[in-house]
Amino acid sequence: MSKGNFTRRSMLMASATTGAALAMPTIFSSAVWADGHTGFTNAPGDSSVTLGFNVPQTGAYADEGADELRAFRLAVAHLNGEGDGGMLNTFSSTVLDGTGIMGRRVEYVTGDTQTASDAARSSARSMIERDGAIMISGGSSSGVAVAVQSLCQDAGVIFMAGLTHANDTTGKDMRANGFRHFFNTEMTGRALAPILEGLYGTDRKVYHLTADYNWGWSQERSIRAYTEGLGWETINSVLTPVGAGDFSSYLTPVANSGADVLILNHYGGDMVNSLTQAVQFGLRDMQANGKNFEIVVPLFSRLMARGAGSAIANIHGSTNWHWSLQDAGSQAFVRSFGTEYGFPPSQAAHTCYVQTLLYADAVTRGGSFNPCAVVEALEGFEFDGMGNGPTLYRADDHQCFKDVLVVRGKENPENEYDLLEIVEVTPRADVTYPVDHPDFAEGQLGTCNPGA
Amino acid sequence: MLGLKKADLRLFLIVVGLVVFAPFLLNPFPESVGMAQFNAGYPDLMQKLVIFGIFAVGYNILFGLTGYLSFGHAAFLGVGSYSGVWMMKLLTMNVIPALIVSVIAAGLFSLLIGYVSLRRTGIYFSILTLAFAQMCYSLAYSVLTPITGGETGLTLSLSDPRILGAAQAADGNIPAAHIFGLGMGESAELVLGDWSFTFNVGYYLSGIVMLVAFYLAIRLFRSPFGLMLRAIKSNQTRMSYTGLNPRPYALAAFVISGMYAGLAGGLMVAMDPLAGAERMLWTASGEVVLMTILGGAGTLIGPILGAGVIVYLESIISTINSSVLHGWFNALPDWLENTLVNIMYPFVGSGWHLTLGLVFMLVVIFLPGGIVEGGKRIAGVFKRNRAEPSGDIKKSAEPGE
Repeated sequence: MSKGNFTRRSMLMASATTGAALAMPTIFSSAVWADGHTGFTNAPGDSSVTLGFNVPQTGAYADEGADELRAFRLAVAHLNGEGDGGMLNTFSSTVLDGTGIMGRRVEYVTGDTQTASDAARSSARSMIERDGAIMISGGSSSGVAVAVQSLCQDAGVIFMAGLTHANDTTGKDMRANGFRHFFNTEMTGRALAPILEGLYGTDRKVYHLTADYNWGWSQERSIRAYTEGLGWETINSVLTPVGAGDFSSYLTPVANSGADVLILNHYGGDMVNSLTQAVQFGLRDMQANGKNFEIVVPLFSRLMARGAGSAIANIHGSTNWHWSLQDAGSQAFVRSFGTEYGFPPSQAAHTCYVQTLLYADAVTRGGSFNPCAVVEALEGFEFDGMGNGPTLYRADDHQCFKDVLVVRGKENPENEYDLLEIVEVTPRADVTYPVDHPDFAEGQLGTCNPGA
Repeated sequence: MLGLKKADLRLFLIVVGLVVFAPFLLNPFPESVGMAQFNAGYPDLMQKLVIFGIFAVGYNILFGLTGYLSFGHAAFLGVGSYSGVWMMKLLTMNVIPALIVSVIAAGLFSLLIGYVSLRRTGIYFSILTLAFAQMCYSLAYSVLTPITGGETGLTLSLSDPRILGAAQAADGNIPAAHIFGLGMGESAELVLGDWSFTFNVGYYLSGIVMLVAFYLAIRLFRSPFGLMLRAIKSNQTRMSYTGLNPRPYALAAFVISGMYAGLAGGLMVAMDPLAGAERMLWTASGEVVLMTILGGAGTLIGPILGAGVIVYLESIISTINSSVLHGWFNALPDWLENTLVNIMYPFVGSGWHLTLGLVFMLVVIFLPGGIVEGGKRIAGVFKRNRAEPSGDIKKSAEPGE
């Protein structure tokens, strides 16, 4: 150890140096050398604007991610006036004319969320800081959506959420710079409950298997609230680890539990495995309490249905959108997607495509890329022609309110894409919940942040 | 100077130079050319480079000196992150309390885990630490959700108390992390022709912390205490026969490296205030082992280099996609372009792990002492060429430690 020899001179010199070092960044940031700042983060130049698409390219939701990326590419092509224009022709707002956004050509960068909050934030940060992205979109998990949404709020860019179904995204963790077009578990509960009542009556005993994370709990809470409202009794609820792979040890006790309905609050690969195994166990052919044993999957998607194969026959669930819808918007989108890639789009692709167009439209109507102008243009925006009927972006929580589909697995699918059939289109009025709903409490939007 | 020997001082000054001029060094390519893909001079990556440097330097104190191979250090990083975010939620957005508490929390936690795990050595010690870390991960992911935020991660919110600072910024948003008013996200840009260099407050704060941490590590390496730790590695039985109890020394090294990990975790949330459970996953623990071995375990600068290489590969290689590859080989004839792209594609994008694996294999097979040994060999070649007659070969044949 050396002896310290502090003299007054060295003290003064040291403190002066430290002071200068601390002041350095302030000198730099005094905008003398900085250029291109026009009051908000990543203001685009005159010729092009960059959007950031952050999707899972690896991990459990890679299928959804790949489909989202296809949709983003299609949306960018349509905005730039390439291809057949897709939903631009059916969208009720007509300010987009195929010349990019406000005359700037749309370019994009992509990132991999790996379905992990840290990785997603880091790839979003690199898109914002390195590539100058002015809007971030995509994702296939609520955890990631919440994490990236708060990052975008802090950085001062707009976040257009992709597939995220948990209530928290526009509930507890809502942010002013974030917008969600996808529906949520509360809407699933509201849409599914009347159908379940009609099919299975009011005297049922339910067993829940729930993915042990934010979305799973949210899903279980909503569906429990509504099934118990019907008079159904919840026998048991078991949390399963995400990515468990083998669910047999969770399914064995179900048969002798006295329950006659099994609700699988699973998504993606977990749902494929748990549903397939439940059917292999013979639960569907069982009788319990003098009734047929039933299985319900609250959140359905075509990609999952394909994974589960014949196990999905006659199983009910809800979904945000399905390609077999007959309205002009859905038809136009399915046509351009099919022409480009040779198969119909999934609901994840649909929501990402729509979100991109909605962003471009809001910028054009607001007349500026400034996030605060975009927020103002999107809040309370009422539109149609995007495949879900008349839709409202509610100003209080930045959640879209639109019709919800209740679907059923087809018994005899004609091809590998024709797996679900629509049982009921629950109208928007029935799935709209009040702003002060307890499951969405304690969230605050804050105010829009335009960044530097 | 600074109580360092000449060689150590030179090494320290080199690291100081690297940290100060990193914004220039990492942005060698002008923005308009295709090679700009390889630029790393943006705040997020620069911050991560130095933060993982701290993590690896700390890990090296345990693994490089005592030889105890811990597979659970990510747990301490996670504990540091969570306590850092909690300080920002409860006290203030100033990062100083967050950093201090992260170090203390990780230190206490590593004392607990170290006390239990260090009853065993070798593979059993590794397994114990791995088990503890996985336990922490599972707890953080689901059971302890009220404290850790579970899968979503622990985030700040407008309703946090923040008793020493403002709960809300003037514009109604969550205030940004800062150090005495200077925001972590604030940057200055210097545009020189086609180049643009970013000087970020958060990066320079992390850089200064890293230099302090590195300086302390050098002093520790050269101290009598460091010698004791080396004795544990070379022969623990002999050490006990001389009347010394190795366990307190090993435990001290374990706690110190845990505190370094906590510091890194605290800095991470200071730069980006969110703590996710996957930070504690065993792959994250494995990564720091890779960083240390890749750079050169037991050397001073090795872990910093190893951390740099891995973080850089992860961030840059993983963002290269097939359209970027096609852009590079555009000038070539079509068949050649497609062949080259097909050969390279598995190694970029989501396949960056494959590239990392190859690099790691090559280093372990041909340079067991890591990047540092590679540097020494190259330096040795030049030295020999210059001073051939004096026969300076013996010196370069010294072990990498």
